[in-house]
Amino acid sequence: MALKVLKPGLLTTVQDLGRPGYFHLGIPMGGAMDRMALRAANLLVGNDEGAAALEAVFVGPELEFTADGTIAVTGGEIPVKIDGEEQPCWTALAVKAGQKLSFGFLTSGARIYIAISGGIDTPPHLGSRSTYAIGALGGVEGRAVAAGDELPVGTSEKAVAPGTSVPEEMRRKPGTPTELRVLPGLYWHRITDAAQNGFFEDEWKVAPEADRMGYRFKGGRPLEFIDREQPFGAGSDPSNIVDSCYPYGSIQVPGGTEPIVLHRDAVSGGGYFMIGTVISADMDLIGQLQPHMPVRFVPVDMDGALAARAERRTAMDRIRKELAGE
Amino acid sequence: MAKQIRSPLPGIFYRRPAPDQPPFVEDGGSVEAGAVVGLVEVMKSFHEVIAEEAGTNVRFVAENEDPITVGVVLAEMD
Repeated sequence: MALKVLKPGLLTTVQDLGRPGYFHLGIPMGGAMDRMALRAANLLVGNDEGAAALEAVFVGPELEFTADGTIAVTGGEIPVKIDGEEQPCWTALAVKAGQKLSFGFLTSGARIYIAISGGIDTPPHLGSRSTYAIGALGGVEGRAVAAGDELPVGTSEKAVAPGTSVPEEMRRKPGTPTELRVLPGLYWHRITDAAQNGFFEDEWKVAPEADRMGYRFKGGRPLEFIDREQPFGAGSDPSNIVDSCYPYGSIQVPGGTEPIVLHRDAVSGGGYFMIGTVISADMDLIGQLQPHMPVRFVPVDMDGALAARAERRTAMDRIRKELAGE
Repeated sequence: MAKQIRSPLPGIFYRRPAPDQPPFVEDGGSVEAGAVVGLVEVMKSFHEVIAEEAGTNVRFVAENEDPITVGVVLAEMD
């Protein structure tokens, strides 16, 4: 079984849950920007939750199947077409050899996940099939898929009845505005009280530069820093620090103007101060934000962050139970 | 009913290939199927917007440098 790529879309990559454990060497975790959507797509086709699937941003690819199987498309809402006939997303769909998959215009979200029974079976690198294009690692020869590629597909272990679906209320969608919860960090004291409040009061918009490395936001007031003599090793701008590790989700604000939330393919360290970190429970939501969408940052403490993480686990468990027919 | 040209991408819409060059298509102009009618800038790169069908009397709904989302109507034509 293989998946033939007829048209690649804008930027379609093989992604699984990523390769944690190498960030200290500068190799990012990588993996799906919306991990819950990837897990759900895999469950809908009978795969392990961490099997590799295709992540497509804004534009769906056109694919042809070389054998019969089951597919599911999750993440953003998009018209799914099999041989031109519209099918629902977040649903197990039976496909036959020779059939073609294509997509209409995305109606919500930013990224879709296309899982196929058996999973995409490109060779793993450092324990993951995820594509890290800048490092030419994983996926298809370390790059996004291209027209003419034939993606190998593994052997399906478990059948799921076609029509099995994740109910609408269990799918997570960005809001208007989307609220991203933030735990203030080590450098919080570097900005004035007014700047601390302003960061949470202002409405921000996703900048068109947002990608798998980081999401940049515009539209809020610039940050005001507390005066200090810059320490040895830090750059001269007040937003500079002596180089430090950048966590996944950390929010750097170069020049104090446009916050950037580091995401799955982020750089692991550098010399920009970080205002705080978007909590892990809200990172999937960022993956579903299109440019220009409004966002508010909302402060939480550690207890709030941990409660939110537990809530996400419960939500994922509900999907598992629903799809297991419990 | 007027034909529509919709954007497959979100980003910033441009009607010209470069600031000092004329628009891809003038208001009231016509296009062949497959013609480039504008650019969308997203994720640090520029992508062409293609007219899927031929049309005449092209009327742009989106202005140059407008922020756009997926599926918005950029232009109408006969």
